[in-house]
Amino acid sequence: MSPSGAEFIRQVKAAITEVDPSVVHELIGDGVAIVDVRESEEFASGHLPGAKHVPRSYLESRIEGIVPDRSQRVILYCASGIRSALGARTLTDDLGYETVESMTGGITLWKDRGYQVEVPKTLTPEQRERYSRHILIPEIGESGQRALLDAKVLLLGAGGLGSPTALYLAAAGVGTLGIVDNDVVDLSNLQRQVIHSTQRVGIPKVDSAEESIHALNPEVEVVKYQTRLDASNIMEIIAGWDLIVDGVDNFPTRYLLNDASVRLQIPVVSASILGFDGQLSVFKPYEGPCYRCLFPVPPPAELAPSCGANGVLGVLPGTMGLLQATEVVKLIVGAGDPVIGRLLLYDALAATLTEVKVRRDPACPVCSRAPDEIRDEEMGVFPDYEAFCAAAG
Amino acid sequence: MATIKIPPVLRASVGGEREVSAPGANVGEVLRGLVSAHPATASQLFGPDGELNRYVNVYLNDEDVRVLDGLETAVGDGDVLVILPAMAGGCQNGTSASLS
Repeated sequence: MSPSGAEFIRQVKAAITEVDPSVVHELIGDGVAIVDVRESEEFASGHLPGAKHVPRSYLESRIEGIVPDRSQRVILYCASGIRSALGARTLTDDLGYETVESMTGGITLWKDRGYQVEVPKTLTPEQRERYSRHILIPEIGESGQRALLDAKVLLLGAGGLGSPTALYLAAAGVGTLGIVDNDVVDLSNLQRQVIHSTQRVGIPKVDSAEESIHALNPEVEVVKYQTRLDASNIMEIIAGWDLIVDGVDNFPTRYLLNDASVRLQIPVVSASILGFDGQLSVFKPYEGPCYRCLFPVPPPAELAPSCGANGVLGVLPGTMGLLQATEVVKLIVGAGDPVIGRLLLYDALAATLTEVKVRRDPACPVCSRAPDEIRDEEMGVFPDYEAFCAAAG
Repeated sequence: MATIKIPPVLRASVGGEREVSAPGANVGEVLRGLVSAHPATASQLFGPDGELNRYVNVYLNDEDVRVLDGLETAVGDGDVLVILPAMAGGCQNGTSASLS
């Protein structure tokens, strides 16, 4: 005789492992996948901090997208612990997940214990319309769009690379954009720096960029730093940002930025351009190599020409800046494979893209050490720093 | 013959070419083949000790030769060597020592 529904649930609960909310509370942020299996509207009304969401009805088809590694510890929860118990049995028996638990009493008991609940921001009707083409892509969707709206991205420079990056990130709804730039708009910039305009020649680039960003998307908060990034201000400026987009045009600042971003563990989406050639990589501290792993020392000044001296195809910073913007969006929404540990070389004349591997250097003077071991006086320093700066003028 | 991809900063030293071919059984021989055909590249690639300058990365296909066997790494016909010096240009206002 088939068991009653209640008896069946008792049997399932006896066969799986349950875990108390107090244990789950200790495990948050500890590399354990916490998955909410309730329906979308239940999830939207509040969930465990950092929980992923896969409704019970989609568990089998979607869990691999959320937890690809079957050996990872997974804790499921629902409202009271029934749906999560059923889900735990499915993941264990049918899909081969090795360590799956169901949280006793669900989010109801969690709340009764006084633990924190995260209420996701919901999109306004206007945001739903503005970002509808993002929401339609499964890799972004509503949660990805919310992540973009919550993201804080710092752009170093509102020049050739920063112009397209800033415009597209603003259009994509990145909530807060910081811009560090000490320059004013010059007529010779307008061949490539599309965020500025002929009418705004002579005004500070941070102000000009802010105007274009707000014309495109008024809800983006713009934080302006009309200054030059240097050792005295870098830690203060870059702290607290989720991601940095690097378009700096000189080696001393690149090394300084690298060291400070490793210390603060902020990923840097980096591009450089010259003539018809561009390079792109993402330096995510401690997950991939840093800039010093790739280039331990800078070249002598005669091998490091600037665009000003050598010129650049006006569209090239557009191409490279938009590759940077694409990486930024991917990192924020967690989609695809970022160019971590890889360097892309774009040759516009040949129309070729070459990829080389970049490995972490176990002897790297910066990222082979813990962040708090990197001292102020070491940052931005390389062996012939003084000579290099003197040569570069 | 291996193909060598020439970075922008070295192109003037090889007559403006973006790719050149050079014979050689290993990375060192191919690069020295490049240097003998285009002597202006010598000081840019090699230090006085005959080693590759540390600011120049060389990749055999997509792998850094330093994690292979360095200049001794065997090179076959059809292999591609990529020479890669660091490039700083963010191209903001054209002054090499400023951030903008």
